[in-house]
Amino acid sequence: MSNMFRFLFDKDTWQELRESLTKNKLRTIITMIGVWWGILLLIGLLGSAKGIENKFSVQFGDYATNSVFIWGQTTSKAFKGFQQGRYPGLKLSQLEKIKNQVKGIKFLLPRNARDAQVVRGVQYDNFGISGDFPLLDEIQKKNLISGRFINQLDINDSKKVAVISDDVYKQLFAVDENAIGEFLKINDISFKVVGVFEQGDFDFGGDLHIPFTTFQKVYNQGDNIGWITVTGEQDFNIRQIEKDVKLALKNLNYVHPDDNRAFGSFNLGELFDRFEGFLKGMQFLTWFVGIATLIAGVFAIGNILLITVKERTKEIGIRRAIGATPFEIKRQIILESIFLTIIAGIFGIISGGWILIAMDFAYGSGPDSILINASVSIFVVFIAVIILVLFGSLIGLIPANRATSIKPIDALREE
Amino acid sequence: MLNIKDLHKSYDMGESSLHVLKGINLKVEKGEMVAIMGSSGSGKSTLLNIIGILDELDEGQYFLDGIEIKDLTEKKSANYRNKFLGFVFQSFNLINFKNALENVALPLYYQGLNRKDRLDKALFHLEKVGLANWASHMPNELSGGQKQRVAIARALAAEPKLLLADEPTGALDSNTSKEIMKFLQQLNDEGKTILIVTHEHDISLMCKRIVKLKDGIITEDKKIKQHKIK
Repeated sequence: MSNMFRFLFDKDTWQELRESLTKNKLRTIITMIGVWWGILLLIGLLGSAKGIENKFSVQFGDYATNSVFIWGQTTSKAFKGFQQGRYPGLKLSQLEKIKNQVKGIKFLLPRNARDAQVVRGVQYDNFGISGDFPLLDEIQKKNLISGRFINQLDINDSKKVAVISDDVYKQLFAVDENAIGEFLKINDISFKVVGVFEQGDFDFGGDLHIPFTTFQKVYNQGDNIGWITVTGEQDFNIRQIEKDVKLALKNLNYVHPDDNRAFGSFNLGELFDRFEGFLKGMQFLTWFVGIATLIAGVFAIGNILLITVKERTKEIGIRRAIGATPFEIKRQIILESIFLTIIAGIFGIISGGWILIAMDFAYGSGPDSILINASVSIFVVFIAVIILVLFGSLIGLIPANRATSIKPIDALREE
Repeated sequence: MLNIKDLHKSYDMGESSLHVLKGINLKVEKGEMVAIMGSSGSGKSTLLNIIGILDELDEGQYFLDGIEIKDLTEKKSANYRNKFLGFVFQSFNLINFKNALENVALPLYYQGLNRKDRLDKALFHLEKVGLANWASHMPNELSGGQKQRVAIARALAAEPKLLLADEPTGALDSNTSKEIMKFLQQLNDEGKTILIVTHEHDISLMCKRIVKLKDGIITEDKKIKQHKIK
């Protein structure tokens, strides 16, 4: 062991390594490209996959991903005396029944929405208005900049209050103006602003949230609902819940069970699953391609060392004549192999890191960013280095054995 | 120092085998300077390789400094080569990416000396061959005679009991040959045992004993009056 230690810290060890590698610099560099490229791929692709994943989770934010949106459409089949082309719609009064009939529903949230002109002083524009319950904040966490979201008191008293998006704020308010407590006119009715929120990428629905009950009264909605958001319990399959809710709705509204047009839906959980699958596939592919490239690169190094050993047959013969043991010859060649793989690997890690930094710089910031914090963990880098050392020493064994399989006498005779 | 009894060696040549050494008996005492002569194919190189533990014998016995050389592992034979033997080759066999001093220090590296000790010792031996000023020169910057002197210094560095020279003057002109032989004579005068394989008559006359080999047997073994070079 102390022998090995001295071997690694002896100047001659490294001088010999340098000599044998710099004898043919171009060949050494070309040899290293394979390993360099393998590691670069591994770091670059894994980093990008991580960046996309990060971006995606930021986009979804705190949205409960096991959710489905359901809305009413027109029927496509005649059933129980009703003609096709009817609009059954969604009814507030049916929600309690649906929640009781379908298993696994955590939240069932009715929403209403429409476009309206919003006026403040001389400023005005058209925005989407939605009538909401406080529960919305649970399913789709609202990122409030100031003020509060709609609360139960607003619902109970059908208060004329509004929570506005940063977009609305920018359109209707001056820079740095305090919006809380100010009044807006929606369809000529005055609403007090109680909160400002930052709009996310996956915000379905309005620029302005007003209490559900207020919306009902102002727009004369009665029992009608625009759409519902259904969130499933942890252990339940959101696709099954989607089917069950639709079937319950069909039953309650005298719609043919096979009528697939009567109620439309959009399953966020399904989309999310598909995306997660895609990410997993991408990561698998990255490891596969990276490791395969790495193996090819390491083989190239082994191959070139084999040629080097052939060229150095005589030198190895001289060394053995003056007393080098086969082990001493072997460890030098294995060291060369490990050294080449590690140096190439470190260059790969560094250049892979640069690529990630460049990607982050080009695509990583602002609202249109494609990747967020594209990076690889130290753990992955560590694994990569371990693999390199392992592969390097394994492949080094081939030329090393070749070097000592020739008898010194034959080696010396070689011209 | 060296005792060979009834040594046989043959090489497989596919189906037939070539019987190179057919019963060699040779005894060399400490302080001798022996020339082994013979034309090519006489078996002198094979004999030298066996003496140098670079090759194995088939039959017979070989004692080096009282130790029987037989069935050695590669590691053991490397150790014996390093401890007992110094090699000087016709084509010098210096490592061309190492300077003169580092070449001389190489056997000491395999002896496990630390860098400072082996460079000190190497410089001492380089001084002995008169090339201390050339220590940092690379082999391709040296003349043939200088290269051979570096090779001799390298052979001496490990302080071997026996110096084996395979046609040491074969690649040198006559003046340089004399210079090298003069140096080997000096070493022998200091008590070093030297074995020289040569086919040159005048070189053999500079030794103290001539052993002639022909077709794998010793045909002549005589002590001569050494021709000293002044």
